[in-house]
Amino acid sequence: MPKDTGIGASPKRREDVRFLTGDGNYTDDINVHGQAYVHFLRSDVAHGRITSIDTAEAGAMPGVVRVFTGKDFEGVGSIPCGWQVTGRDGKPMQEPAHPVLAQGKVRHVGDPIAAVVADTPAQARDAAEAIMVDIEDLPAVVDMKAAVADGATKVHDDLENNLCYDWGFVEDNRDAVDKAIKDAAHVTTLELVNNRLVANPMEPRVAVGVWEKGTDNYTLYTTSQNPHVIRLLMGAFVLGIPEHKLRVVAPDVGGGFGTKIFHYAEEAFCTFAAKACRRPVKWTASRSEAFMSDAHGRDHVTKIELALDADHNFTAVRTETYANMGAYLSTFAPSVPTWLHGTLMAGNYRTPLIYVNVKAVFTNTVPVDAYRGAGRPEATFQLERVIDKAARELGVDPIELRRKNFITEFPYATPVAVEYDTGDYPATMDKLSEIADLSGFDARRKESEAKGKWRGLGVNCYIEACGIAPSNLVGQLGARAGLYESATVRVNATGGITVMTGSHSHGQGHETSFPQVIAEMIGIDESMVEIVHGDTANTPMGMGTYGSRSIAVGGSAMVRAAEKVVNKAKKIAAHLLEASDSDIELKEGKFSVAGTDKSVAWGDVTLAAYVPHNYPLEDIEPGLEETAFYDPANFTYPSGAYACEVEVDPETGQVTIERFAAADDFGNVINPMIVSGQVHGGIAQGVGQALLENCSYDSEGQLLSASYMDYAMPRAADLPMFTVDHSCQTPCTHNPLGVKGCGEAGAIGSPPSVVNAVIDALHSGGCKIDHIDMPLTPSRVWAAMTGAAAAGHGTAEGRSVGGEV
Amino acid sequence: MSPSISLTLNGEARDIALDDPRVTLLDLLRERLALPGTKKGCDRGQCGACTVLVNGRRVNSCLTLALTLDGAEITTIEGLAADGTLHPVQEAFIENDAFQCGYCTPGQIMSAVGLIAEGRAGDDPERIREGMSGNICRCVAYHGITLAVQDATRSMTPLKKEDAA
Repeated sequence: MPKDTGIGASPKRREDVRFLTGDGNYTDDINVHGQAYVHFLRSDVAHGRITSIDTAEAGAMPGVVRVFTGKDFEGVGSIPCGWQVTGRDGKPMQEPAHPVLAQGKVRHVGDPIAAVVADTPAQARDAAEAIMVDIEDLPAVVDMKAAVADGATKVHDDLENNLCYDWGFVEDNRDAVDKAIKDAAHVTTLELVNNRLVANPMEPRVAVGVWEKGTDNYTLYTTSQNPHVIRLLMGAFVLGIPEHKLRVVAPDVGGGFGTKIFHYAEEAFCTFAAKACRRPVKWTASRSEAFMSDAHGRDHVTKIELALDADHNFTAVRTETYANMGAYLSTFAPSVPTWLHGTLMAGNYRTPLIYVNVKAVFTNTVPVDAYRGAGRPEATFQLERVIDKAARELGVDPIELRRKNFITEFPYATPVAVEYDTGDYPATMDKLSEIADLSGFDARRKESEAKGKWRGLGVNCYIEACGIAPSNLVGQLGARAGLYESATVRVNATGGITVMTGSHSHGQGHETSFPQVIAEMIGIDESMVEIVHGDTANTPMGMGTYGSRSIAVGGSAMVRAAEKVVNKAKKIAAHLLEASDSDIELKEGKFSVAGTDKSVAWGDVTLAAYVPHNYPLEDIEPGLEETAFYDPANFTYPSGAYACEVEVDPETGQVTIERFAAADDFGNVINPMIVSGQVHGGIAQGVGQALLENCSYDSEGQLLSASYMDYAMPRAADLPMFTVDHSCQTPCTHNPLGVKGCGEAGAIGSPPSVVNAVIDALHSGGCKIDHIDMPLTPSRVWAAMTGAAAAGHGTAEGRSVGGEV
Repeated sequence: MSPSISLTLNGEARDIALDDPRVTLLDLLRERLALPGTKKGCDRGQCGACTVLVNGRRVNSCLTLALTLDGAEITTIEGLAADGTLHPVQEAFIENDAFQCGYCTPGQIMSAVGLIAEGRAGDDPERIREGMSGNICRCVAYHGITLAVQDATRSMTPLKKEDAA
């Protein structure tokens, strides 16, 4: 019987009504009295030296408050990078400066050169067009392999070359892996591209900077997934504003998907300019600005080799990846292709030897950083594609090959430095087989064939590391931040509870799911619990929401704070009931003395805490409010198995997703309805990557896909209804809720199943193609089909950027 | 002298002076009439976040010059539940968990109201998806949106339901 309240129930979201009625409070809905507007003049070339900037005419135009250039920011810090990766040579990565406004050079299309602050947005835009900039064009560095060749043009003149780092993991395994591959009975090799994506939350980024002369306090309203992180990075590293003088507010945020984690130049600009102009300064990105200034995602070029013994046991995996950093290091960029990617290369399988090499490369493109999944989709895609290819080469069933190599005993220490605490991979595969009706596939294939279509089935597994992360561990790995989470549980005199969390909700429904946990712990109605988030002025220092960490880390902090509250409340109840606090039980909102009928209601205890007339003042303080910081002991490891069925039109190469099923193990689930929504969204973004989305540059570094006409995102008609299940639950062993996190799973798990399905369909039609690089647009599929006889290989491109949109 | 237009805006007659003849309906609503419920996602008619009803038809307000609307009847998200009772489409969106971050939602709702009024999709999921494909949801709640439009269509056309029974 499904529950209707507490953990495991699916109450409708309390956020819903304000969003449905237009009453959400998004950053662009915030207007501060007297605000001016900024328009950024951005580079229209990928690489060039600024020889002169003349702002005289622009500065004299109507409504213009002030024109800023890089010169105005010479005394201001560089936009910092939050993660330092150490290369195979033991040296730290090369870390270039990242100015708020360009100084000396522009390094990608969209790099901000100057900024006009004016009374209206139109005046600012008009004036920006009057700024005279002379740029001496330099050759654009676009292709990653060319970028690291000898003599390549340097993106940053003061660095040795364009190689940010050359990372090996685990370096000590390198020789053993080489030997295992040399000695293997079979080795399957696959070269592939993980296409560059743009996160594209529907709400473009917005920043409103405010400075109060009377107090010298600053406020920044911004579209962020982690306002405290922005406060720390911008305050301490860029503008030199102490945290207690800077408030950062991220109100309702219209989607993030990773790209709103990072600290951006525009935030620092608006905050800086608010003081310089003595007026609040607002910036709202246009969609094309978003395309050329939001950090992009993915963009890896990889070669993977899988070695198997004669019994088809995996014996080794070796990979070499080129990872695009873009022109500057975005906040967490260096960690994505390394610690969020290399550590996942074991997948769900017992592969004893793994070696991962990653070369991170600077190019004249928009910076690349975490996008939904961040490193883990790239790991999953390679591994699950190469396993499918190996199964085909060996003539074995791809599901059986996976089952044969599943990890079945936990905890399991992988050869890539992580320890999976729990999981049951055969169970999710069994569940998938049931919900996807895999046994009915052959009949469906015949039906498709009767219509003249080729039908394919693609199955894959995934594992991810979520709930990031143990601070001491990530500190050793180069993180320049702790990765705990915080919560304050404030019980009010009349018994209602306000939870102030460092997590941030931008679509995840925390305002609904977090109260479910508190209601379950105390036995009160969920409506008595309110969640406050997104404002550094009234929440404890938190690290925010990304990496599927909110419930696993933020939820755990809230549980720890609530436990402290309950312990104190029990002492108060014991006093009121004249009993020992060890005998007090809390159930259904009532404290009772074990084994007696003596009890006192939750509200009576909370009132006593704030009106402490009959109260043990000599032992405990009045009030009922506790804060906890929770630092996880390990990552969490959600896992699952996905199945996709496609039809390919042999005449056109058009791929249609006919069925999609996902069996996930998220450990315990707080709100199944919200979890299903997260999985739907993740799958759809993964399908988008596999079939539609491609951020494309030409060889001059021009961004070709800077609008929704050129960058195709899934629309309603592109997707079928999904079948999702999260009833396989192996609870996490090291956090108090036994939860693992669900936000990224769909985006990690779905791309390989789509591509596996298309390749399967093509084989069924007689096209013996090993691989096609994403996105599998009709023209790419058709080109691969028609060229197959000659090439025997469908890989159209060896580069991550360029080619068709 | 600034040009002016007369509108019926969410049921209320309004005479509006336009300080700039270039202003779009979207900017008029958001920046000048304090109706920020309608959202700007792309400003190019490519995402549908700004969908409102003009004389009962759904339009992209970002592509519509306000000056061309003299005499028009405009309904925005703020006008849909003006009396405090949610519209059946809004109810159905809650029931079917048809959104996450909420940013595209006003546009989705207005588009769904328009689609149902057009009567072209009925409760056929494929036709609903096609009819809603001008509205991008990056949280990708299309699964729930499709179910919500189906539910709302059925609840708003009871006769059809009886026919089916």
